[in-house]
Amino acid sequence: MVNLQVTMDDKTLKNILERQQYKEGFVTDVEQEYVPKGLNEDIIRLISAKKEEPQWLLDFRLDAFRKWQKMTEPSWGHLKLPKIDYQDIIYYAAPKKDSERPKEIDPALMETFNKLGIPLREREVLAGVKAKESQVAVDAVFDSVSVTTTFRKTLAEKGIIFCSFSEAVKEHPDLVRKYLASVVPSGDNFFAALNSAVFSDGSFCYIPKGVKCPMELSSYFRINASGTGQFERTLIVADEGSQLSYMEGCTAPMRDENQLHAAVVEIVVEQDADVKYSTVQNWYPGDENGRGGILNLVTKRGICKGSGSHLSWTQVETGSAITWKYPSTILKGDNSSSEFYSVAVTNNYQQADTGTKMIHIGRNTRSRIVSKGISAGHSENSYRGLVKVNPGAAGAKNFSQCDSLLIGSNCGAHTFPVIQSSCPTAIVEHEATTSKISENQLFYCNQRGIGPEDAVGLIVNGYAKEVLSRLPMEFAVEAQKLLQVSLEGSVG
Amino acid sequence: MSEVLLEIKGLHAEVEGKEILKGVDLAIRRGEVHAVMGPNGAGKSTLSAVLTGRPDYTVTAGSVTFAGRDLLTMSPEERSWAGLFLSFQYPIEIPGVSITNFMKAAINARRKAAGQEEMKPAEFLKLMKEKMAFVQMKGEFAKREVNVGFSGGEKKRNEIFQMAMLDPTLAILDETDSGLDVDALKIVAQGVNDLRSPEKAAIIVTHYQKLLEYVVPDVVHVLKEGRIVRTGGRELVDIIEKEGFEKIDG
Repeated sequence: MVNLQVTMDDKTLKNILERQQYKEGFVTDVEQEYVPKGLNEDIIRLISAKKEEPQWLLDFRLDAFRKWQKMTEPSWGHLKLPKIDYQDIIYYAAPKKDSERPKEIDPALMETFNKLGIPLREREVLAGVKAKESQVAVDAVFDSVSVTTTFRKTLAEKGIIFCSFSEAVKEHPDLVRKYLASVVPSGDNFFAALNSAVFSDGSFCYIPKGVKCPMELSSYFRINASGTGQFERTLIVADEGSQLSYMEGCTAPMRDENQLHAAVVEIVVEQDADVKYSTVQNWYPGDENGRGGILNLVTKRGICKGSGSHLSWTQVETGSAITWKYPSTILKGDNSSSEFYSVAVTNNYQQADTGTKMIHIGRNTRSRIVSKGISAGHSENSYRGLVKVNPGAAGAKNFSQCDSLLIGSNCGAHTFPVIQSSCPTAIVEHEATTSKISENQLFYCNQRGIGPEDAVGLIVNGYAKEVLSRLPMEFAVEAQKLLQVSLEGSVG
Repeated sequence: MSEVLLEIKGLHAEVEGKEILKGVDLAIRRGEVHAVMGPNGAGKSTLSAVLTGRPDYTVTAGSVTFAGRDLLTMSPEERSWAGLFLSFQYPIEIPGVSITNFMKAAINARRKAAGQEEMKPAEFLKLMKEKMAFVQMKGEFAKREVNVGFSGGEKKRNEIFQMAMLDPTLAILDETDSGLDVDALKIVAQGVNDLRSPEKAAIIVTHYQKLLEYVVPDVVHVLKEGRIVRTGGRELVDIIEKEGFEKIDG
């Protein structure tokens, strides 16, 4: 038999690489208002004033800013981070409101989100072919502000609060104050501190005791303005015995400049509550020569606070020039459990350093990590994980599986799993594999009439199936297509 | 006599710089089943590989015409769309991809190439059911990952299933009978026999005569050291069975 693991030839690779399309790369022409470029206490005061924030929140921001000033960018990632000039970024950009109709959404924004497949009018969602149970409520964030949040009234009937972060600060200050930075402290890391100082909007969600959220909730983040960054915060609180499935999507225009996206997501899961958080990350990845693209430097963390609570992370990462994110769970409650399912695709000159942290504190806590990296082109793809079991976490169990798939021979795949167990009754298992799409698999598909591009899509989707099958239906189909598009040009 | 479907003339091919085929001439007419027999290392699998366009094999001389087209200039998938099918000697595993999705991709790719719309789901499922019954595969087979965890016999039946699904004009069966028990062999043979028609043809590549008890070839070729050294009828199979390949030459 012929060698099973041959790499694709250069021509093939070039074909896939060159055909990459990013159909979300358009710019919306709207009049925007900006704060002056740069970052200092006055800018922070200006952002806070624009949002008519209470003093405690301004104090929170200023405190974070002072912490941030003393910090340096983390350099431990397997990444070549370009030099970021933090004084050369505009920290707030918002579409101007029509002063006569401040409540109405600008039709240009409506059209933008429609084009992205995110309908903002509830009646359009309701009139769609989707069955009632597959409805999705969305908080749509455009640059620094939330444009609208759909189905708020329907959700409010069940006591569910789903709104923009800014509105939550005004309407539910006690809840926000109680939970803000309770999972990710403002000085947690360089980018979380930056976000805490300048965050402009984001989503807030509270599911009351015993309520099962009747529809999927979601945030959609769109960067539009150039020279800006996006710094949003998501805060999700699932009270005792509640259930929630939350989805997050994002896109940005194609530009030669790098744009910074430094978000924070905090999730609090109380006793017996169940939260599933799914992300399809499709930020502009830069061009085939590595020019432009979003720098996605994100802190996501949840706490399984109460006993029997459950938090599941699923992420499909196809975009961004650089991805630095580690959705993590603190398993504090006894018998709480968490999962991290990830597919990260890098092509051309993309770099991803992503993974998770599972911190076992409570007894009989369980965690499961399934990471599937796919690297093509000249990209670098790393899994970085920490499984930490504290002395008190008797009976804790973790299983980790990290697989890497290489397409071509110019890319890199790396795994950095760290296990720290200080509990003798804990069981921690780790498995890792690295494989290449073999010439034999491609030929087998080709012989059946499936061309090289479709064959790679099919093989990659098969490889990622375990993760993709965790996504809500609405997302799974999109994610499958995205995997294929992201790898277009990588074989032939 | 019926029209020539496949015509191979003076075919030379090498793999990794080593010449394996040293001038093969072969003509197959529609409606015929040919057997290509020969000892290990004679170039049988190379012939299958070259006809289907495996990338690591290089044709150094000769020509191949398939249904009037120059086969050697076509990509592997174009050859598939044109009606060429290979039952692999060692079928390949594709983890995570179900037989259903694999077949859907294969069928819709050829329909797309022919400018047709995708097959309707109901029509596709009906076809799947019918062909699964044909190779005696149970319903769960459709959900299994392509060749993953399949026994030797299941892999070969899967090849015949795919052949039935794709309905090729010319099927090449590369050592499909190796490692099969009698029951599986009968299923494979029935599969090939049922596809026999005046329009189509098949090449059975084998170094045993087992399968040929069930699928009676019209023409038998003996391939040795990269050349066809003898061509005859069914009786050649019996001679090989009795005397082995050593004594047969041009």
